Amino acid sequence: MSTRLAREGRFTNKSKAVSFTFNGKNLRGVEGDTLASALLANDQMIVGRSFKYHRPRGVIASGAEEPNGLVNLGKGASFEPNARVTTTELFDGLSATSQNHFPSLEFDVGAINTHLSRFLPAGFYYKMFMFPRPFWKHVYEPFIRKSAGLGKAPKERDEHTYEHFNIHADVLVIGGGIAGLAAALAAGRSGARTVLMEQTAHWGGRAPVDGATVDDISADEWVKATVKTLEEMPNVTLRTRCMGAGVYDHGYVLGYERLTDHLTQKDGTKHRLWRVRAKQVVTATGAIERPLSFAANDLPGVVLASAARDYVVNFGVSLGDRTVVVTNNDDAYRTAITLKEAGLDVPVIVDARAHADGDLPAQARALGIRVETGKGIAKVKGSKRVTGVAICAQAGEGAVLEEISCDCVAMSGGWSPIVHLWSHCGGKLSWDPDQAMFRPDLDRPPTGADGQPYVMAAGVANGHLFTAEGIADGFMAGRAAAKAAGHDKKPGQPPAGEDTPENPLEPVWLMPQGASYALRSKAWLDFQNDVKVSDVQLAAQEGFESVEHAKRYTTLGMATDQGKISNINGLAILADQLGAEIPDVGTTTFRPPYTPISMASIAGPAQRELFQPVRKTPMSDWHTANGAFYEPVGQWRRPYAYLRGSETVHEAVNREVVNARTNIGLLDASTLGKLIVSGPDAGKFLDMMYTNMMSTLPVGKCRYGLMCTENGFLSDDGVVARIDEDSWLCHTTTGGAERIHGWMEDWLQCEWWDWKVYVANVTEQYAQVAVVGPHARKLLEKMGGMDVSKETLPFMQWANGTIGGFDTRVYRISFSGELSYEIAVPASQGRAFWDALLDAGEEFGIMPYGTEALHIMRAEKGFIMIGDETDGTIIPQDLNLQWALSKKKEDYLGKRAHSRSHMASADRWKLVGLETLDGSVLPDGAYAIADGVNANGQGNTQGRVTSTYHSPTLKKGIAMGIVHKGPDRMGEVLSFTNIGGEPIKARIVDPVFYDKEGEKQNV
Amino acid sequence: MLTLHCPNCGRDVDETDLHGGGEAHLKRFGPGSSDKEFEDYLFMRENPKGVHFERWHHSFGCGKWFLAARCTNTLEVFGTYPAQTLEPPKEIMDKISGARPGWSWGAFK
Amino acid sequence: MSNAVSALDGRTSAGDVTVCEDGLRGMITLRGDLANTKLKAVCTGLTGVDFPAQGHANCVGQQGLAWMSPDEVLVMVHHDKVADALEKIAKALKGQHHLAVNVSDARAVMIVEGPYVRDVFAKLAPVDLHPDAFAPGTFLRSRLGQVAAAFWMRDAQSIEVICFRSVADYAFALLEAAAKGGRVGHFPEG
Repeated sequence: MSTRLAREGRFTNKSKAVSFTFNGKNLRGVEGDTLASALLANDQMIVGRSFKYHRPRGVIASGAEEPNGLVNLGKGASFEPNARVTTTELFDGLSATSQNHFPSLEFDVGAINTHLSRFLPAGFYYKMFMFPRPFWKHVYEPFIRKSAGLGKAPKERDEHTYEHFNIHADVLVIGGGIAGLAAALAAGRSGARTVLMEQTAHWGGRAPVDGATVDDISADEWVKATVKTLEEMPNVTLRTRCMGAGVYDHGYVLGYERLTDHLTQKDGTKHRLWRVRAKQVVTATGAIERPLSFAANDLPGVVLASAARDYVVNFGVSLGDRTVVVTNNDDAYRTAITLKEAGLDVPVIVDARAHADGDLPAQARALGIRVETGKGIAKVKGSKRVTGVAICAQAGEGAVLEEISCDCVAMSGGWSPIVHLWSHCGGKLSWDPDQAMFRPDLDRPPTGADGQPYVMAAGVANGHLFTAEGIADGFMAGRAAAKAAGHDKKPGQPPAGEDTPENPLEPVWLMPQGASYALRSKAWLDFQNDVKVSDVQLAAQEGFESVEHAKRYTTLGMATDQGKISNINGLAILADQLGAEIPDVGTTTFRPPYTPISMASIAGPAQRELFQPVRKTPMSDWHTANGAFYEPVGQWRRPYAYLRGSETVHEAVNREVVNARTNIGLLDASTLGKLIVSGPDAGKFLDMMYTNMMSTLPVGKCRYGLMCTENGFLSDDGVVARIDEDSWLCHTTTGGAERIHGWMEDWLQCEWWDWKVYVANVTEQYAQVAVVGPHARKLLEKMGGMDVSKETLPFMQWANGTIGGFDTRVYRISFSGELSYEIAVPASQGRAFWDALLDAGEEFGIMPYGTEALHIMRAEKGFIMIGDETDGTIIPQDLNLQWALSKKKEDYLGKRAHSRSHMASADRWKLVGLETLDGSVLPDGAYAIADGVNANGQGNTQGRVTSTYHSPTLKKGIAMGIVHKGPDRMGEVLSFTNIGGEPIKARIVDPVFYDKEGEKQNV
Repeated sequence: MLTLHCPNCGRDVDETDLHGGGEAHLKRFGPGSSDKEFEDYLFMRENPKGVHFERWHHSFGCGKWFLAARCTNTLEVFGTYPAQTLEPPKEIMDKISGARPGWSWGAFK
Repeated sequence: MSNAVSALDGRTSAGDVTVCEDGLRGMITLRGDLANTKLKAVCTGLTGVDFPAQGHANCVGQQGLAWMSPDEVLVMVHHDKVADALEKIAKALKGQHHLAVNVSDARAVMIVEGPYVRDVFAKLAPVDLHPDAFAPGTFLRSRLGQVAAAFWMRDAQSIEVICFRSVADYAFALLEAAAKGGRVGHFPEG
């Protein structure tokens, strides 16, 4: 059984107990534990069930590569699924539950799948669930959804806060092992702005566990001294619990810092996403040990050899009393030696190699450990955990030579450098046959904006597995990176490292090498996704020869661990099956992030009220305090209607329309875009921007204008006012201000850069209020100031002046069809002006109205709305706006397009009014039905509804729409689609429903 | 995530402060042009794996447009230059020729 | 007018790093030829500061000049002096192609102050805020979260920031949240 040893771990403090729960059970760990070490100390060997077969699974690793130990963490608003137990630091009150089992971890119904595994081979889902078709929706999918998926989705909104952090660095070193520390030391001493990130809570990586020495002191002491040196350097930033998650183009790197995951009191920022722009990146990310592929290698108690010694050395936890070590290399002997020295039993070291005569095997033998060479494991015995191993000849097919009882198996298939970050942005790999591993190909590195390399791999991650060369490589990489970033102070000599020499490994991809199908179909490659040696072989047989195809067919490496421990073994099996060399088969693509990062860290501050900016006008507070029911318009928030008492929205809208038409209404029109266009060439420029003529507009007058894209499609509209000889003020739609401003600047900067025109966006400088209705003039005259009479300020003119003591600019324009003044005041006085209007207007029955009343009133008048009548495919001619297309001008944006044959055709859908025969309101977007069907068998259409409302003025439904040759078909009755009901009949009518002569606005 | 040098304000700018504007050096065709010329102007675009010339807008900065010569394959940036020009500056053309001998793009090579 | 109010009416947020809306500020967008001596002269005359180089701002109290783009300078004066300043600019640049417009009310000004003020901005803007790259005098136009902003250092512990009036609420809340998120400890502190 696994248990806490008497000895103290490097990371633990046994005098401080920490209590936590697992599946509701109260357990105790110690300070410094990970959840994994604490569970193991409590003999909680099973931590989860596998994804497909629901086999019991235990922890097999001690770090980020762990495939099995995934748990649900926390509760409620702190809930987090798929937390890895090996990277979850223990804290008081931690609560975890295991995943992927029903009804319980120890007894799981889905485990029946393991007995059905013959029927669940690679590609099973693709093959099985194809037919009959209807079964997919009603039978297969619900079944798969129930049995698939890791963890649970959180049910409550996350209560924590997250942030980003943007920095620039000369050298970013990822990985705080001895190579990374040496790299940071060299870069820092060279004078570079250096950042060093380490994903765990501890500096030093593996070297201190493996007993290396550096500069004649223990690795542990060297690490402590070096960290202290680095901390004192002002140009170096050190970060633990901060993972280099991804390397992107042009030196962009994401670092994922976990600030409170290890704390009971999770106050403050939980995760911080570092967005680093680094001139040079050094990836000193170490290596991951590979499992060996033998039957039942997934039983709880079978672990990586390095993990077995990590738990003893770092946490003071043993994984078993009797541990069989199985290996193809010398390094795993360190585990045997460590366990033996900790007082634990190692009955045998099973070494697949014919000879084991290096220093480490000699040390093991000297401790009295039995070493069996040329042997392998035929199978592991046990059901829910290891009870023993059957030993066979590695060269054979699995005939059992001997059975040895044990409760732990520590396996090592050699090491794979962590090349993920090197590869994220295009760094290539080469196969090192001597060490049986892919390593960074330094001749083909990722290149940056200048075409030069910007990522360097260092230390073990660069294929230098031994301390002396690894630490020197790290130092030299740090120095070279600093130099490439423009810093070349001499950093001194590299540290000198030393460890016990090792003999070469012998690649072992299957154990025994001639394993039978029965053994191969129990030899796991990908533990999290339940992919076995036999699955990969089947994929190859069925023609999935590309490693990318085989991956998707078998799901090898597609789980949350992204195949960290399984990929190399899997592709070696694939290569063998294909009779190809491993480097010819290649690896799958390494994609960021290295391990999953929280979605919330990506969102950063963009949550709750900061999810996105809400643009507010100066009158916004008044709207909120007075019943505004808001709608978003672009990023603006505009009142749709103002609700009074128990009114419904519909009732409020009707009231607002009727009041504006009979008394007086107020609209906050501040959001309308306002662009000043000024200069000697401004008239010429506006004649290009607008379809109609703006250069001839007299000073003091207003003109409605249209803008088209070069495609000829309507893009925006609004009223233009001539301010003085050289200046025009162009109103845009609410959503169009920034877009049209940018559009104008684009043409001025990139096409007509010799034209003397300046544009300024003054949208937010002004609060603008539309005073609308028969009593509008009376109100302004009461407030006093400027002359707003018909004679002095007629329709479609503007004037500067004061109203009620406010400096204003007043435009006689109308989007409602009523007598209307749009009045602009400086934004700082917008609220005061609004209040003054309301005060003075009380006797006239003044009421503010919202955007829906605005829409209804403009539709009653047959005025088009950009975004309703237009959708990016509509040209002015479609909306009967030919009058606004200047024939005098040689050119304007969109003019050439309007002469294209399809645009100029008479055979287009055009704007009409629509009136239902029964007075009801047509559904928005409804299609006018035509005879017959199209080539796809769908019913033909001959038009569609673009705007549709209940008109409180006319007390019936009114609509606008575009209909095939519509204006020629007045009076015709069409049928319109009506989802879930009978088609609705409507008559084609003039789109101007109200005050056709325009008498009301021109008084 | 690119970093491009804005020649207008002299800063190296993060891609998130920029807005791409498509192909550079388009020649506008207006009224009087043939259907073919107008089609080319409106719709026909280079789509190279390799050297490319693009428009970029420093939208969250100085608000100015500039042009960039870039490799779409490696993301190497050969240079950025003001938008008020009909063809890339010679030093950028020379740099591209050094890095990508035999390149061509539209009428440029 | 006396009833003029700034976007957030002087809202403040307490903490180790404080955020404070600085009330109304007179601002004029002046577009023209920045090399023109008359333009430079009227700008420096109005504000009492040197004309800023590319990417820089010179500010003293409420008055200052900021380099916005190769053909735009932001002229900052007291809010009640804008009309007067516009007149002076018009007079000085009469006959020369330029555009000067009052944008005082289109903007909000905030001052963020405290020992880790660089951290607060680095949480929100994708720019280099290391003292080697960003020091008093440097003027940056970038973004805060999702909105455009321009900012510069008043001194080693305070940064002044301008954003559009309509998003002042958002920008303030963002800065407040970043300040409350605490010190990161990456930059050397002033």
